[in-house]
Amino acid sequence: MFDFSIVTSWIHGVLTSVMPVGVAVFIECILVGVCLLLAYAIIAIIMIFMERKVCAAFQCRLGPMRVGPQGTIQVFADVIKMLIKEIIVIRHSDKFLYNLAPYVVILASILAFACLPVNKGMEILDFNVGVFFLMAASSIGIVGILLAGWSSNNKYSLIGAMRSGAQMISYELSIGLSILTIVVLTDTMQFSEIVARQADGWFIFKGHIPAIIAFVIYLIAGNAEVNRGPFDLPEAESELTAGYHTEYSGMHFGLFYVAEFVNLFIIAGVAATIFLGGWMPLHISGLDGFNAVMDYIPGFVWFFAKAFFVVWLLMWIKWTFPRLRIDQILTLEWKYLVPIGLCNLLLMVICVVFGWHF
Amino acid sequence: MEITLEFLVFLVLAVFICACSILAVTTKRILRAATYLLFVLFGTAGIYFQLNYSFLGAVQLLIYAGGITVLYVFSILLTSSQGDKAEKLKRSKFLPGLLTAVAGFAVCLFITLKNQFISSSFEHGELEVKTIGHALMGADKYGYVLPFEVISVLLLACIIGGLLIARKR
Repeated sequence: MFDFSIVTSWIHGVLTSVMPVGVAVFIECILVGVCLLLAYAIIAIIMIFMERKVCAAFQCRLGPMRVGPQGTIQVFADVIKMLIKEIIVIRHSDKFLYNLAPYVVILASILAFACLPVNKGMEILDFNVGVFFLMAASSIGIVGILLAGWSSNNKYSLIGAMRSGAQMISYELSIGLSILTIVVLTDTMQFSEIVARQADGWFIFKGHIPAIIAFVIYLIAGNAEVNRGPFDLPEAESELTAGYHTEYSGMHFGLFYVAEFVNLFIIAGVAATIFLGGWMPLHISGLDGFNAVMDYIPGFVWFFAKAFFVVWLLMWIKWTFPRLRIDQILTLEWKYLVPIGLCNLLLMVICVVFGWHF
Repeated sequence: MEITLEFLVFLVLAVFICACSILAVTTKRILRAATYLLFVLFGTAGIYFQLNYSFLGAVQLLIYAGGITVLYVFSILLTSSQGDKAEKLKRSKFLPGLLTAVAGFAVCLFITLKNQFISSSFEHGELEVKTIGHALMGADKYGYVLPFEVISVLLLACIIGGLLIARKR
């Protein structure tokens, strides 16, 4: 397997040979930050293109076709359009909070994005409480959405923000419970360690019934957490125009838009990491030849393939089901998903205690 | 004294926390005060991360930044309207407030200067989650199982109380 830490330690060695350690670490931090932002932007562009193509496929259309071959340049054109649009200033709005809100949302999104292990030795934030940190980081986004809704001085924005806040706080519980189910199985919260433990089989196979239930709950709750799919109440355009980002224009709207898509990728990436093995190739214990062949495919290919597969699943759900009402959304969470999640957690604990997993 | 990267990071965080704390109490708009409070909590979490205590940093982010501040913002959203600003301080309240603040500051300063700090035993590397878990659930000398259970009972009582108040008759 290709180990990316060879590259990072080489860069570290080169930098420390010409300058003091403090400056080298500082430059490395900036380099990592720039790479992170670049990856963030590229993934956002890929996701937006994929969303339009998948949506078109489910509606028996072709999607963007005119700009570039198969419409591949379309998203870049959209980005340039978004960048040169005017940022409108709303009268009687709280300007400071109005301008701040998109950045809070994007900050939470980038912090969570930095936790994903892409390849062996290619993790940016790898705390031993990694899963916990990821949930903490993604919970900051709610503040940004609430601030955006309030500071826009618009009742549609406010209602959208309130709905979004209620929905995201509720569904965070289910996400936490389903991730906790897997943490019980792994007895670690560090992402690199979680991936390493899946070398002899992904957790969705190792944990069998409780892991599959947790995976389904995670997909439903994750879709709701990023305000998409049948749960896009906060921006239900038929009743609320565009929800909390009604009054935003230009790149401020762009930041919300990008954060929404990358959040979807993060949800899918976490699902790929904790249920489907992350960058770990498909290994079947006993078949050494097969495992050796699988190891020739680099880890980041596995990671992105799994993550985009989950993204495709979530987009399939989004473009298939009609939107729910807000009371139905909250009923689904509090009366069905949370009790099922708690029972499932108990089931997983019983399985682990009696050693009924692989 | 030599200036290290750690010292510079601490300096930036400290200035950030101080500035945001002052802004949080001087601003007239209540939602802005809540936002500055959020920044103060971010800065505190940053200091925990700098100390390599990522568990406490993550808890700080999850409970305070992601939980308590959201609760504040929600209640502000539900109760106050856009134009609300804090009332101007009355002259009669100014002097007692000033006296209390100075007295509080004097007590803090006295304790900080008087206290003999034990020499810092800073260990590099993260604390094991297992250690934290055993301490949190342990019933022996340095175990925290009693406070843990008492807090869970308290929170359960809060949930039941909230349900009773919100229930439709």
